[in-house]
Amino acid sequence: MDETPRTPPRFSATFDPHVLAEIRRAAATGIYDIRGAGAKRKLPHFDDLLFLGASISRYPLEGYRERCGTDVLLGTRHAKRPIALKIPITIAGMSFGSLSAQAKEALGRGASIAGTSTTTGDGGMTNEERAHSQTLVYQVLPSRYGMNPDDLRRADAIEVVIGQGAKPGGGGMLLGQKVTERVAGMRDLPAGIDQRSASRHPDWTGPDDLEIKIEELREITDWQKPIYVKVGASRPYYDTALAVKAGADVVVIDGMQGGTAATQDVFIENVGIPTLAAIRPAVRALEELGMYRKVQLIISGGVRSGADVAKALALGADAVSIGTAALVALGDNDPALEAEYQKLGTTAGAYDDWHEGRDPAGITTQDPTLAARLDPVLAGRRLANYLAVMTLEAQTIARACGKSHLHKLEPEDLVALTIEAAAMAGVKLAGTEWIPGQGAL
Amino acid sequence: MTQRAFARVIDLEHVAVRELNQALHDLAPDSNATHWQVLNPRGRHALAVGLDAEVTVEIEGHAGYYCAGMNKRASVIVHGNVGVGAAENMMSGFVHVHGDASQAAGATARGGMLLIDGNAAARCGISLKGGDIVVKGSVGHMSAFMAQAGTLVVLGDAGDSLGDSIYEAHLYIRGTVAGLGADCIEKPLADRDRAELHAKLQQAGLAGQVDVGAFRRYGSARQLYHFHVDHADAY
Amino acid sequence: MCGIVGLFAKDAALEAELGAHLATMLASLSDRGPDSAGFAVYAPPVRDAVKLTLRGPAGYDFDALAAALRGHLAGGVSIKPRGTHAVLVVPHTEVTAARNALATLAPELVVVGTGHRMELYKEVGAPAEVARQFDLAHMQGSHGIGHTRMATESAVTTDGAHPYSTGPDQCLVHNGSLSNHNTLRRSLRRSGYTFATENDTEVAAVYLTAKLHDGLSLDAALRGSLNDLDGFYTFVVGTETGFAVLRDPIACKPAVMAETDRFVAFGTEYRALTDLPGIEQARVWEPEPATVYQWDRRA
Repeated sequence: MDETPRTPPRFSATFDPHVLAEIRRAAATGIYDIRGAGAKRKLPHFDDLLFLGASISRYPLEGYRERCGTDVLLGTRHAKRPIALKIPITIAGMSFGSLSAQAKEALGRGASIAGTSTTTGDGGMTNEERAHSQTLVYQVLPSRYGMNPDDLRRADAIEVVIGQGAKPGGGGMLLGQKVTERVAGMRDLPAGIDQRSASRHPDWTGPDDLEIKIEELREITDWQKPIYVKVGASRPYYDTALAVKAGADVVVIDGMQGGTAATQDVFIENVGIPTLAAIRPAVRALEELGMYRKVQLIISGGVRSGADVAKALALGADAVSIGTAALVALGDNDPALEAEYQKLGTTAGAYDDWHEGRDPAGITTQDPTLAARLDPVLAGRRLANYLAVMTLEAQTIARACGKSHLHKLEPEDLVALTIEAAAMAGVKLAGTEWIPGQGAL
Repeated sequence: MTQRAFARVIDLEHVAVRELNQALHDLAPDSNATHWQVLNPRGRHALAVGLDAEVTVEIEGHAGYYCAGMNKRASVIVHGNVGVGAAENMMSGFVHVHGDASQAAGATARGGMLLIDGNAAARCGISLKGGDIVVKGSVGHMSAFMAQAGTLVVLGDAGDSLGDSIYEAHLYIRGTVAGLGADCIEKPLADRDRAELHAKLQQAGLAGQVDVGAFRRYGSARQLYHFHVDHADAY
Repeated sequence: MCGIVGLFAKDAALEAELGAHLATMLASLSDRGPDSAGFAVYAPPVRDAVKLTLRGPAGYDFDALAAALRGHLAGGVSIKPRGTHAVLVVPHTEVTAARNALATLAPELVVVGTGHRMELYKEVGAPAEVARQFDLAHMQGSHGIGHTRMATESAVTTDGAHPYSTGPDQCLVHNGSLSNHNTLRRSLRRSGYTFATENDTEVAAVYLTAKLHDGLSLDAALRGSLNDLDGFYTFVVGTETGFAVLRDPIACKPAVMAETDRFVAFGTEYRALTDLPGIEQARVWEPEPATVYQWDRRA
């Protein structure tokens, strides 16, 4: 038999199957691809950092009696009532509208059990959310959907949102299928239409005018509550400095792995920088202004475990925030629902068309039948469990590094596995004395 | 400046804005301090913000940014000009500016009425969410940008890009419009529109002084309510 | 991000108080510009002479410098020190010789501005303190512009402060944030211009200088910037006989003007204008976007 050997088919790295399918989809529909979640491509992240546990030169703490503290106080700079949290892990802003009412309730329940805060989103505050969440942060966004002074006054903190990690420079997005009567009512929109997003605030532009806006919010709330300023990670050094100069009590920086309910895929994957690269510049800005630990720093974007929490804190954050991970804890992308994911043309773990509002887990949907699948009490319990595990994990690592409080972790407790991670995080490459990238700025 | 009988007088040369706002916030529901006069504002920011009481506050002079911000139920009268974001996110009540207003007047207002005797600058009524704005003079460019609900009545002219990306707010302009924004078109002035316009003018104390028929109505063409690639130019 | 002030005396009687008013105006905008401040005052000219504003290290001996310069230049040389700055007055025929002499005798000094009337001062520090350092409150002049700075993407240094000189008797202040300045900077460098900072405003100043060198009027140069510069900006340009104002087409950054028969004033916030005499009766308005306004003594 004389058969010519055949070479196996070869895909292009540049025009891989995913890219080819996307080009075809764009040609067929004439609209960009919209999806939820954060950047999915592989990026330098906390996985590239390792802790240097105690050995001969350092001594670990025992468990139990030798406490490793986890509490954090946010908003000490100006607020009469700073926020005291039991754990340095908060729930990030996610709107009622992008999430079901049951999901928001579950987040509130879980956070309250764990002694931490939740955050409203681009749709305003619901009564259920305020009732179920012990500590609630109220976002002031460019859209100002649902904004009102009563909610400002019944919030525990106020978060002025300039942007988020998935889309720095972009605004909120909610497509018609999720703009139900209730959502539309809260947002003063006609039901069923696609919500167009404002990307700038309507009544201020720039940090000089942000300062005056923060002054107004403080005056309305009689200086009681901490004012956070949230940005998507882009120019974290300058943004942090400017937030401080504008009067922020807390700075929140969300890296590109941070999720969104819906935006263009190209925006998510190509705008904004990795969480890992955002932390040290922000901390440096605070240190140079003499504001480190006086203005607190919250980091979000791809935080998944107690190791991530410990690493973010070691790099200088006061706390972290979780979004996507919290939804997974509630039940998002559960393999038990695989048959339904298949019907949607996807699979458990990859489902990200949250904008369509057909979530089988009942989390990113407004469909009453689907939303009813989520039991807020059980889901709240799951979130509380997950938060407890993350806290224990972080404490275990911190004790192994000889720390009596998570805030005593420092960058020198870490080394990096890759040159990129070493440069971005400002820590030594493992086994060397080398920190690449120092010297500029 | 007339001294009002029984008014509480606050002179900002001697009292901090913080004290003014705290005093206004601390009013008991049955308080008889229903009339306040604020002297020497001199362009200060955040005057009479976050009020939630049936009181009248008269500001004798020019105010800075966010005057009467998030106002509820109160009447705030400014005998002068106001800076950026006057009556921003107002919920109810009445704010009357005797002079001119700077940018973003009535931004995101959800109820109540903002009346401006002079001109308003750019972005008047930006992102309006149900409030009513009446401007006796003219308004600047990008007014009623993304305006969702409520009314904007302008006796003078409107600047460029009026109603850009507008949702369901109603715009009534008597003078010339320099240019319309994306998805904003002129609409017929039907009887129910005349009735609405008349009601707003009446509330502003202008009923009988102004002919409703002299106005043109502008609103959403509703072409951007669902994305279609053929309208991509508008984005 | 910043605050801008400008004052133009229509009534000559106001000239004696110009500095005092500018100092008050600058101080009122400290919150929005706490990092550094600067101003240019158009003071009475010296007959047949040119002023060079110099900046040096703290404690520099400007009087000794003047003595040394007299050996190099023909005609009268005088110097008036104010803090880290000094105004050197030389005959108008000796300007080039003076610059050359300075380069040799005092390379540590920077020439911040030149002109028949313009004196330009800027320093790091809170605006009220900067004004006090230079005794702005006692300066006289026909007009002046000033600036308080909140640095956005570049360092807080004296070089980074505004105003930036764009030519004899001319300077620029800016509130806003440009977005394409890096490319413009590279292109201007290729044309032979040099930069002292990474600041976006410096790029705008050099851009205007280049256009004016090319023979454009200030009005045409500013109108050209509407096409060539991207971002958000309010510009105020001081000229020998007045000042010019330009806002970008989107016009988000604030700008307020006030006019009486005694003055024309500019302020980023109305708050900057509240102490001007007769402000209660002034016509107060906001400049339109993408429109060049100019006030000129000759007009």
